[in-house]
Amino acid sequence: MDDANLMIDCRDLRKAFGPIQAVDGISFQARKGDVLGFLGPNGAGKSTTMKILSCFLAPDGGTAAVAGHDIRLDPVAVRRHLGYLAENAPAYEEMAPLAFLSFVCDARGIDGAARSEAIDRIAATCSIAGVMHQPIGTLSKGYRRRVGLAQALIHDPPVLILDEPTDGLDPNQKHDVRTLIRRLAETKCIVISTHILEEVDACCNRMIIIDRGRVIRDTTPETLRREEGGELDAIFRKLTTRDAAAAGKEGTA
Amino acid sequence: MRGILSVYRREVKSYFATPVAYVFLVIFLFFSAFLAFQDGFFESRQASLRAFFSNMPLLFLFFVPAIAMRLWAEERRSHSIEFLFTLPLTTPQAVLGKFLAAWTVLALALALTVPMAFTVAYLGDPDWGPIATGYFGCLLMAGAYLAIGSFFSSVTRNQVIAFILAVVACGAFLSAGSPTATDFVARTLGGGLAEAVEVLSLQSRFESIQRGILELRDLAFFVLLTAGWIWANIVVLEERKAA
Repeated sequence: MDDANLMIDCRDLRKAFGPIQAVDGISFQARKGDVLGFLGPNGAGKSTTMKILSCFLAPDGGTAAVAGHDIRLDPVAVRRHLGYLAENAPAYEEMAPLAFLSFVCDARGIDGAARSEAIDRIAATCSIAGVMHQPIGTLSKGYRRRVGLAQALIHDPPVLILDEPTDGLDPNQKHDVRTLIRRLAETKCIVISTHILEEVDACCNRMIIIDRGRVIRDTTPETLRREEGGELDAIFRKLTTRDAAAAGKEGTA
Repeated sequence: MRGILSVYRREVKSYFATPVAYVFLVIFLFFSAFLAFQDGFFESRQASLRAFFSNMPLLFLFFVPAIAMRLWAEERRSHSIEFLFTLPLTTPQAVLGKFLAAWTVLALALALTVPMAFTVAYLGDPDWGPIATGYFGCLLMAGAYLAIGSFFSSVTRNQVIAFILAVVACGAFLSAGSPTATDFVARTLGGGLAEAVEVLSLQSRFESIQRGILELRDLAFFVLLTAGWIWANIVVLEERKAA
């Protein structure tokens, strides 16, 4: 456990919403330099796992350490070392990106010269310099997503958790975000969730397939192709539907 | 402290970035003066703000929930709550920051009614003691209503529901001491409970403060009522962030 590069250590996470077991014993590890792709059908438990890791939701069972801090014991320290982009990049719509990012700096303790420097840097990195004074509610989906990314990156966190960062973007914007992720990957540990398989190929060096709250594969895109044969698309369908079909048989037996 | 301040600053700005604060201030000022004049502000021929303060409990009953309803319901509706609680802030910091911001808007509304006091001072020679305690009482009452409103805002993502629940709950505290309420409780549940309910009356405590009588038990009532609802607000958010 003395591995200084170990950024996410997730042990047997469980979370239920009423009768639905959304996360059913998920364990995995991720290190600095990893871009981990979270794959799975809708409702598989990807977002819930990410919300638990970012300390928005508390797990029912199990725990995780992010950048060496336990999510149950010290959630504020975890959030300090983490950048999180939630699904659909929620933000305060009446605020302009400049005011919004100033608030994030305020809450994260980035003051004075460091603040204007951080905002200038992030505006350039995320290409939002041109819309800094427009209310976020009036921005296009692509810009909103990039403002969300800027918010997650402004404090230069060692761990990034991005929930469907390219969902709803046009091909050029998708390309830009993926390039950015690849560039950031050298110094950070990044987890992205997606159901777009080409994205895994484009920027992930590891992939975890989740189905009905469980990890069914923890591998790399190359290994998976070699083991299963064929395209990722087909393999994904086979793995996630075979499992469902098997469960259906168990149910009727 | 930094956490509370950062949420506070953002929240105050957001009241003024949207028309909410301006609409609120204008309508509040209109009604506070209108009701005071209707109740014989001039006709009473007394240099006091009695007519002005006596309407405040009823006026705040609708105006404070209107300011409070968006505090958390809006965060839930727009999912920005998910962003807020992945910043390095604790739930109490966020709750207090928002509460203080809304309280500031209410304090500003009260401050803008000070010309009423100047009018009285121009026309006569008022006793400034009850005027000062009257404003102080208004502020305390606004805080108590606001804590209730903030709590109900946190249980739903629908601002209308938050508003109505808050008005009903504030109304219950307001009318607890009225003869109708105490008679009803005395008849259905017995005299002992009627006395207990009467103790919870916001109206009678506000009236005694507004007359210039500052008693520890009245202050304690407002402080405990406010703190209790804020605490409940924190508990609800800790337990059900995602709902």
